[in-house]
This record gives sequence, structure tokens and C-alpha cells, in this order.
Amino acid sequence: MNPAIQGLITIVIGVGGCIGYFYFSNQLLDRVIFPARGKNAGRNINRANQVRPWLFLFPAMFALGLYLAYPVVETLRLSLTDRTQGGAFVGFANYQQMMSEPKFWEAMRNNMLWLIVVPAVSTAFGLLVAQLTDRISWGNLAKSLIFMPMAISFVGASVIFKLIYEARASDQPQIGVLNAIWLQLDGGFGALLLLKIIPVIVLLGFAAIVAYVAWIFVKPLWTQGHDRSVWLLPLRLLVAAGGLWLIWLSIASIIDTLTFAPTYGEPQQWLTIPFWNNFFLMAVLIWIQTGFAMVILSAALRGIPEETVEAAIVDGANPFQVFFKIKVPQIMPTIVVVWTTITLVVLKIFDIVFAMTNGQWGTQVLANYMFNQLFVANDWGVGSASAIVIMILVSPILIWNVYNARKEMR
Amino acid sequence: MDNIAGTKARLTWAVHISVGLLVALWLFPTVGLFVSSFRTADQIATSGWWASMFPAEQSEVYRTADPDDARAPDGDMYVVSGNIFEVAGEEPRIIRAWGVSSRDVAAFDLGETADMGEGETLTLEAGGDYVWRGTDDQISGRGQRVFATVTAPPEFTLGNYGQVLFSGDATDSMAKAFFNTMTVTIPATIIPIVIAAFAAYALAWMDFPGRALLIAAVVGLLVVPLQLALIPLLQLHNNIGIGKGYLGVWLAHTGFGLPLAVYLLRNYMVGLPRDIIENAKVDGATDFQIFTKIILPLSFPALASFAIFQFLWTWNDLLVARVFLIDATGETTVMTNQIVELLGTRGGNWEILATAAFVSIAVPLVVFFAMQRYLVRGLLAGSVK
Repeated sequence: MNPAIQGLITIVIGVGGCIGYFYFSNQLLDRVIFPARGKNAGRNINRANQVRPWLFLFPAMFALGLYLAYPVVETLRLSLTDRTQGGAFVGFANYQQMMSEPKFWEAMRNNMLWLIVVPAVSTAFGLLVAQLTDRISWGNLAKSLIFMPMAISFVGASVIFKLIYEARASDQPQIGVLNAIWLQLDGGFGALLLLKIIPVIVLLGFAAIVAYVAWIFVKPLWTQGHDRSVWLLPLRLLVAAGGLWLIWLSIASIIDTLTFAPTYGEPQQWLTIPFWNNFFLMAVLIWIQTGFAMVILSAALRGIPEETVEAAIVDGANPFQVFFKIKVPQIMPTIVVVWTTITLVVLKIFDIVFAMTNGQWGTQVLANYMFNQLFVANDWGVGSASAIVIMILVSPILIWNVYNARKEMR
Repeated sequence: MDNIAGTKARLTWAVHISVGLLVALWLFPTVGLFVSSFRTADQIATSGWWASMFPAEQSEVYRTADPDDARAPDGDMYVVSGNIFEVAGEEPRIIRAWGVSSRDVAAFDLGETADMGEGETLTLEAGGDYVWRGTDDQISGRGQRVFATVTAPPEFTLGNYGQVLFSGDATDSMAKAFFNTMTVTIPATIIPIVIAAFAAYALAWMDFPGRALLIAAVVGLLVVPLQLALIPLLQLHNNIGIGKGYLGVWLAHTGFGLPLAVYLLRNYMVGLPRDIIENAKVDGATDFQIFTKIILPLSFPALASFAIFQFLWTWNDLLVARVFLIDATGETTVMTNQIVELLGTRGGNWEILATAAFVSIAVPLVVFFAMQRYLVRGLLAGSVK
């Protein structure tokens, strides 16, 4: 049968079936099981109304249970068993095997890198664009254009960026923009600006922001009058340790950048340069996600009460102070939401890596590692174990979201 | 906020420039793909796409007409005159400079006369008209070569789209994949909406024990990575006889789309005015009637938001299609998968790759620009606060 006709029939059956189910099950409930007639009429109406919600909910609950809740349990089970031994329980053997594979640790390291860089850069760019377009007449057009990559598939975006990273032999004309620019650099001022000054400024800025955030977290440890609850202490120490590590990393990178002597005049295979190729892949996701961050943060910025901004200006604040000390603190909850949403996308990132490098040259990420284990190596145990690792990484956000949703409903 | 006292007007131009730069930076990649899809393989291989927007300068070799056919006596000399573009059978082009020897192809400007020694001369005017004058001996044999630096106007072709859409070539063809993607997308968008709408109504407006718990469960399932579902569900599909195919992928997309659908629709329906619903109940409407006659029409914006999300997500999806749909025969390949295969087999053929990619992103882009309002609204409602 032609799939198009099959699709059409499915729509008719699916939609008709759903509506028919809801209609007839309600009819059945009201007319046959608990009819609103006779001496029990009142009690029957009440009973029917107790059952009805479950009629409405049943298809959704069934699908959610089967397609999302059951797989979590089943994956957990699979990760503890071995398929080649007929599904025998093997404890943590799969996890041990996974931990012993260097590719897994490469994927973990890269995922952590993605988790730090992509949400941070996307949110920062989104905030920047949201603030800048807020004041100008063609702001909506600009926002619409920056938002556009959201509609483009990860695979489409991968093709777009592969064209940018394309490299040809040095005697041929370069058709990738990045190499065309690279070949223009010859160690003069342009190269100095692009390869030394701008990266150092970006890294210094990053280190400063990390230091600031860490300081905010650590300061209450010895100031009086703050909430000094015990359970916050490990969190504060963790943030401080992570912050110190990131600052050390930035300083090391700055030294690296300053001492690094590039060879000019040779076209580069950007996607095969170890370590840095991860950033070229991240650029694709940042390009897509900035629009999302911008839309949400722009709405949040519009929601800020004008009086607070006006009061700050009357008190003599300059535009930067207004932005960082008045606006940003007020939209902090929204920034956290944007950050966590992008984090979720990053944890599941698969298509970009699969299409551009398929995890070669040190660019493996967890989701692609898992796909490889499942469908290339055919090792369901290790594949499921790595899926569980993704689930564990997601679960803090899951708990946080559920906690907030419950708080909101009360 | 423009009119607040203290806002510095002199900063505005800086804002305009930075926004312009950012927009250009964000558009640049897509434009590159778009322009490349209209260029031939030769053009793509010889110059960057950014160069194609401007007239290109190139060196060409022309000849005058052969003296044997075209020479005319002029006193004791002979003259051949005509137009070099006519001789070559080309449209006239703009000549920047010209020469008569391959050692210096741009020796002369237009209107100048080249002295080729012993009285032989050649004059080239704008538009390609030439006059070649010399003795009987000199004006003989084949026509004189003329080297010209001409500018070619930007040239684009629709040939790539013909190749990708209509050629039927097994490796390049996107036509089948396009229809397969449609076949996956449309049912996978419509069915979850129907199911979710009923559930959302129950969660928003019906009272029953455990409601809060169910809502929390939906919020929790919202972030469950679908990677976990791959193996268990593939096993399940194989066990109940669906195997790999359209039915499986429709069901999978329905399941994965439901949490967001229920969450979005419930949040929207809760905000509808209570009076309308209570009035309808007093007037004797059943829950089913309230739902179909009042709630559904009023919830149109939320339904549209989710429909766009689900459409973009299923259209752009690669993972679910690869796992649940595409079997070894490859008959049911979707566009994203086809492009990944092209990246493997046609890695250097940018005219095919760019066109194929653009075919696959064209529909989402149209939907995006047509219904952006609903998409933004859905995003604002959908990000968990």
C-alpha cells in the first residue's frame, strides 16, 4: 500500500478512533453503566463524574506509561543484564566495562565541555540580543532572523556548517569561509586581534564571571546574618571547587593562547583538530539555541517594571549598571529556566555529532556513544548503561522542575 | 524606553551597528547554503559562494574572423573588422582590458590601438568591435587572437533542484524522502494533539484524587531523554509485530510528544475563565460537550503552538526515524537520514548537498515565518518556570 494512503488512513483511524473512544465511552458511562434515571439517579451522576476523568486521561496515561515510564525501568533492567547470556543478571558488569572504555570517558569529558559552553554562550548571546533589540525600531525583524535557525534541523545545520568548515588543498581556491579568512591572516595585526587579543579577552571575561558567581556562593560562609543552613554547605564548597577549577583552566588556556605559534598559509581541517574541534561542533548548537534564549529573555526583559529602571537612572546609574544591577537580577529566574532548558538539549545532543564527525577525532558525546553501542556494536548492556548515565545527569533538573511545579500549584 | 531622561542618544548608532552585525553573522551560514544550491558544481569548486554575488572577472581568448573570408582591401592594406563576441557566438560582455599576446593579456585599454610591428595594428572598441589592419601577408591564415579580461554577471541555475527533486537518481533523489517525511510528520502531529487535549481538560477542570500527582508526573516525564526508550520500545514493537515501519514511528512520536502537549494545553486551559464553564454546566452541558464546544475552540492558540512544535520536531528528527522507521531496504528513508547518507557518499559535491539540505529546511522555514507568533507563545508557556 502506498505510504501516503496508509498515512491518510492512519490519521482518519487515529483521530476518528480517539474522538469515537471519548464520545462512546462517555455515552456508555452515562446511559448504560450509571444511567441518570430511576431511584439511583443522583448517586449514579456522582459515580459517573468520578469515573469520567479517568476516561479522559486513559489514552494519554497509557501512552505516557508505555513510551516514557516503562522504558526507564526496562532500560535500567537491561543495563544490569547481559543479552548474550540470555538476559542473565550480571550486576554492574556492564557499567564496569563501560568505565574501562576510553571512548566513554572521552564522551563524558566532551559532554561536560558542551554543558559548560553551550548553555553559557547561548544564554549570554540571547541576553545580549534581547537587550540590544529592545530599543530599536527594526528589533522585531532582527529577532525574527536570529530566531530562524530554531526551525532548521540539526542535520541541516550540520550541512550548513560543514560548508563553512570545508577545506581544500592549499593550491585550490578555498570555498569554506573559515579557511578563506584563515588564509588572509599572515601574522599581522588581524591575526594578532583574532588569535590572541579576542580569545584572551573572552577567556578573561569567562574567568571573571566564574569568579564572581563562585564569590556570591562562598561569601555567606563567613558573613553574619545569612542563611547558614547545613545542607547548603556542600553545595557552596562544590561551586567554589568547580569555580577554582574553571578559573585555573581559563588561565592555562590564556597562557596556551599566548604561547601558541600558528602556521599561517595552510588551510586547516577544522573538524579534525583535537580538542578544538569540539568547539566547532558546539558552534552549531549555539547558533540554533541563541534564538530560543533570546525570545524568552526578551519577554522577561519587557516584564521588568519600568519604575525600577527609571529610579536607577534618576539615581545616576549608567546603562551598564542599569543592565547588570537592575535588569539582570530581576530576570534571574528566567535565565535559570533558559539555562536548564538548553542544558537538557545539550545532554541529549546526537544529530550534530552523528552527522558531522560521528564521534571521530575525539568528539564523541554520550548520546552518540550510546547509539554506537546499541546499533553498531550491538551491545545492549553497555548501551543501556550509558543511557542510564544520561538519565542520571538529567535527573537533578527533573527533580528541580517537579519541585517547582508542585510549589507553583499550591 | 527611548524617551527616558538620561538614555544616551549617542549610543543608539552603536546599538544599530552591533545588532546589524549579529544579524549578519546569524544569517551568513544559511545564506551560504541557499546561494550554493543555485550554483553549478564548477562554480562551487572554483570560488567561494560569497564571490558569486558580484560580477566575476575572468580572462578569455577570442579570435577575429578569418581573413580568408572576411578581409577587405583598404588602399594597399587589408582590413578585417567585426565584433569578437559575434565571432565567438556569445552575448556581449563588458571588457576591462585586452591584449594581443599571451605574455601580457591586459596591455591595452578599450579604444587603444595595438601596434603589432611592421605596420600591423588592431583596435578594440567597447562592445567588442575590432578593426585589424595590415599587409596582404599579415592579414592571412587564421584570425588574430585577442585576449580580453571580461566581467561575467552573477550566474545561477535551477539545475541542482532538477537533479535533486525530479531526476529519480537513486542516490541523489530527495523526492521519495520528502514524501516519506510528510507521511511521518502529519499523523505524528495530529494524533498527540487529540489525545493530549482530552487529558489536559481532565487535568485542568475535573476534580479527582491524585490530580496533582499526575501533573507532577507529566512535568517529570517532560525531561526524560528519549534515548532511554530506544531499545525497550524497539523490542516491544518487534514483539507485538509492528516491527520497523510507519506505525511504529507514529506511535513513538505520539508518546514522546505527549508530555509537552499535555503540559502546554493544561497550562492554557487552566487560564480559561471559570464562569463560562460553570455556566455551561448549570445549563446542563455534559463534560464532553463543554470540551468540544467551549474548551477546544478557545484553546486554539495553545493547540497551534503545540502543533508547530511537534511538526518541527518530527520533521527535523533523525534519531527516532533511524531507530523505529528505516529498515535495511531504505525504502522508508526520511530527508534527514538521506542527507546524512549524502554526506557520506557525496561529501565533496556541495551542489547536491546544499540543494538537498535546502529542500529539507524549506518547509520548516515557511511554517516558521508564517506561524512565528504561535511558536513564540508556545515557547513562553512551555519552558518550565
